[in-house]
Amino acid sequence: MSQPLPMAGAPAQQVNSAGLSKNDYRGNPTTLCQGCGHNSISNQIIAACYEANVVPEKVIKFSGIGCSSKSPTYFLNRSFGFNSLHGRMPSLATGALFGDHRLKGLGISGDGDSASIGMGQFKHAMRRNVNMVYIIENNGVYGLTKGQFSATADKGLTLKKQGVNMYLPVDICMEALASRATFVARLFAGNAKQTKEVLKAALSHNGIAVLDIISPCVTFNNLESSYYSYSFGKEKEGPLHDISFHQASEGPQSTISYVPPKPEIKLEADMIDGEIREVALHDGSTIILKALEKDYDPTSRFEAMRVLEEAAANNWLVTGLVYVAPESPSLTDVHNLVETPLNRLTEKDLRPAPETIKTINDLMF
Amino acid sequence: MTQNRIVNDFSITVGTANGSGSSTANTTLLRALFKMGLPVSGKNLFPSNIQGLPTWYTIRVSGDGFTARREEQEIVVAMNPGSFVQDLASVTPGGAFYYADDIKLPINRDDISLYPMPVKQLVRANAEIPSNLRDLVANMVYVGILAQMIGIDQSKIEMALKFHFKNKEKPVSLNMSMIRAGAEWAAENLPKTDPYTLEPLDKTDGLIMTDGNTAAALGAIYGGVQFAGWYPITPASSLAEALNEYLPQLRKSEDGKNTFAVIQAEDELAAIGMCVGAGWSGLRALTSTSGPGMSLMTEYAGLAYFAEVPVVIWDIQRMGPSTGLPTRTSQGDLSFVYNMGHGDIDSLILLPGSINECFEFGWRSFDIAERIQTPVYVLSDLDMGMNQWMTEPFTYPDQPMDRGKVLWEEDLEKLGANWGRYKDTDGDGIGHRTLPGNTHPLSAYFTRGTGHTPEARYSEEPDVWVANINRLKKKYETAKQYLPKPIVKTAEGAKFGIIAYGSTDPAVEEARLKLERDHGLKSDYLRLRAIPFTREVSDFITAHERIYIIDMNRDGQLHQLLSMKYPEHATRLVSIAYNDGLPPTARWVRTAILEKEEN
Ligand SMILES: Cc1ncc(C[n+]2csc(CCOP(=O)(O)OP(=O)(O)O)c2C)c(N)n1
Ligand code: SF4
Ligand SMILES: [Mg+2]
Repeated sequence: MSQPLPMAGAPAQQVNSAGLSKNDYRGNPTTLCQGCGHNSISNQIIAACYEANVVPEKVIKFSGIGCSSKSPTYFLNRSFGFNSLHGRMPSLATGALFGDHRLKGLGISGDGDSASIGMGQFKHAMRRNVNMVYIIENNGVYGLTKGQFSATADKGLTLKKQGVNMYLPVDICMEALASRATFVARLFAGNAKQTKEVLKAALSHNGIAVLDIISPCVTFNNLESSYYSYSFGKEKEGPLHDISFHQASEGPQSTISYVPPKPEIKLEADMIDGEIREVALHDGSTIILKALEKDYDPTSRFEAMRVLEEAAANNWLVTGLVYVAPESPSLTDVHNLVETPLNRLTEKDLRPAPETIKTINDLMF
Repeated sequence: MTQNRIVNDFSITVGTANGSGSSTANTTLLRALFKMGLPVSGKNLFPSNIQGLPTWYTIRVSGDGFTARREEQEIVVAMNPGSFVQDLASVTPGGAFYYADDIKLPINRDDISLYPMPVKQLVRANAEIPSNLRDLVANMVYVGILAQMIGIDQSKIEMALKFHFKNKEKPVSLNMSMIRAGAEWAAENLPKTDPYTLEPLDKTDGLIMTDGNTAAALGAIYGGVQFAGWYPITPASSLAEALNEYLPQLRKSEDGKNTFAVIQAEDELAAIGMCVGAGWSGLRALTSTSGPGMSLMTEYAGLAYFAEVPVVIWDIQRMGPSTGLPTRTSQGDLSFVYNMGHGDIDSLILLPGSINECFEFGWRSFDIAERIQTPVYVLSDLDMGMNQWMTEPFTYPDQPMDRGKVLWEEDLEKLGANWGRYKDTDGDGIGHRTLPGNTHPLSAYFTRGTGHTPEARYSEEPDVWVANINRLKKKYETAKQYLPKPIVKTAEGAKFGIIAYGSTDPAVEEARLKLERDHGLKSDYLRLRAIPFTREVSDFITAHERIYIIDMNRDGQLHQLLSMKYPEHATRLVSIAYNDGLPPTARWVRTAILEKEEN
């Protein structure tokens, strides 16, 4: 079954300031189930990239294996992409982004892909601050292999074929924080606007941006009671804050307003209920957070963990930007690379001069 | 009472406890002999242990230039009570046994010369040595005593120490003072009663001494390596460590920026994943590991083959599955690497047989990988990788880099919509690739492990699959012209052929010479340097009625591969295979061939 994804936002003929229409961000028709949360996410990726004036050639798409990992072919046809191995997307992306350090990675993984088989690579990509948006389309099951429990499935979840899940779930945002990710968000695929705004912010972030997006699997895990169902998400979602993203230099014509780059990154002390706070990202763009329930400082890892713990204890689905450390050098930054992308260097740059061979031989005994 | 002197043809083995700091002393000995113009080789026979277990270092001196390990040991130095009995028993009759005199164990041999050494006394008597350094310099006592007894030039010892300590004065003078003390004591107290002596020659002029892993790393640097991902494992670690040492010296840009990145990954799954990513995005990428790491790399290696990603994988082989004998040498991974991946697979394998070839294949492997767009495996081993070998100096690559078929913006502008990633437009099975960062709107394509069309689109069509997998086979054929040819040596009136590969070469060459000299058995010799097998291999096989295939593994893996490839000639192929973890000796090769010849 395949159907083109419906278009969110602007009409197709309109162009953004990159001179591209929304069509330029499209992919092939999806082959996932109708109603699959993953499709909504693909759709928001298209919208976010369009609105953020992303040049498709400046993005590399990556994925592991799973229904979720299939989705990179459903958007950004003009971007390079690599559908890698189950659980091994992070290492592939790590190496590939050295090819041209000016490119942004956009990785799509699943909860099985990242929290089970790929947990090791997932966490090491965090501590290296690989320059990519890392999306986990989290549905609590293995969709592609037909509904087995994943490591994020709720304890006690009962599925017809699988029985009862006996083990405690992994919290992906918590893992990301523990591994020192520099941008962590939890989202609900059913909340299109928030997903899109956070995606735009994530694309602007220098370093790794982990988006744990609850993405219901309508075929294998959509029980009313499940944390990963639409009904749960709709009822229990508690956004941390309203969010809107403002681009640094050029804004697209209509949808969002332009906020000039700001030198200051630091958040001032406390936020009061309902206060609006801006977080500046490395390229000068800003995210505006509107605190709803409580003071929330997304630059504090400690606060981030507390909020996640609290939500878990109360069975809330807390959504929004949980944590950001805007001024963190990415992996390619710390490697002090030459200006020219490594993959455009030539023999002259790469092969030491003939006279050096004597020096080297002299260095041997 | 030195009757008939035996000059420049014997082996010295030193038995110590692991972690006692003996490796400085032993390489110093080796290097001093080398600087005396004597052909030498040194093999570290060490346990998988940081401290305490017995370890041996065996040096062969050969005026004739043989470098394979010998089983006989004419001079044995025993510093370790734990291996004393074994060490004493291992001295060849008429040989010399030097031992630390604080080891109070019975000595039951009267057919050898016995030289007790007052190691502890001499160290304590040396006022220059601070008490905390006594244990470290104690090994220099036997260096000094040996220098006096067999005739090692002390100035050459000093050169070796200066090299080792990077010209730092303090450690050199401390160690030298201990060496002098040993030599002086021996001059006064040890009358020489054995025949083994050294005399300087000029046979190492112009040669250098280094190990295969350093050579491989340097070769890779001259090959323009841009990305290395690795995970520590003996005996491969020193390859990546050499990259870390030499890349900053050789490959910084003028403004001090890097044209490379080296990452110690979290495991081998990630090490190769990073390299496949880097290779895909157009970098010359390398990973280095040993058997256990190769197992972990297999899934990605198979994907790289199918997705047509260039990447270079060095396997510095060690013994056995799992941990096996991790500090012992082997050629046990050949069949595994030949089949590395699942489904239909073809592996391009390079087999360096010398230190210079480690360097050469270091750069050449990238040219092949990028030309064919596929993984290239380079199989070295612990003996070649970690031991010090004398060798010709490295020579600068004699060919420009071959970056293969890569299309940039201007190329795409010309080709227009005709471009398809896996189209075989040149008839050699190799498509054209584009690299991320290419800004042309037609540049992007999607890489996947699933079935795909020539235009890189997803497909499960049976015909599409078959056409693609057959094109990959065609690439394998194309690859043959880019691989290093075997080295073939012929002898007038040869009775049989020998095929060998890798680090067994010195043992094979010596065995050939001695078979001819002592038994009148001449042989032709093909040293294989790459797989797939080329025309030269089948020609060699058809030209001989009997071919001995030398393998350093139990089952004769090369013998098996050749038998599969040339079933019509399988009866001509005779396996000579053995592996106990120690570098092979000429005696083993010779005896095995003689046994078969006599039957
Ligand atoms: C090494 C390996 N083991 C197992 C599989 C089979 N497999 C394919 S997808 C998948 C699970 C995917 O689950 P998830 O990442 O949650 O993605 P979803 O389908 O739920 O989006 C598994 C186990 C595989 N492809 N590779
Ligand atoms: S099985 Fe589930 S995860 Fe997979 S496509 Fe269908 S709804 Fe989506
Ligand atoms: Mg899943």
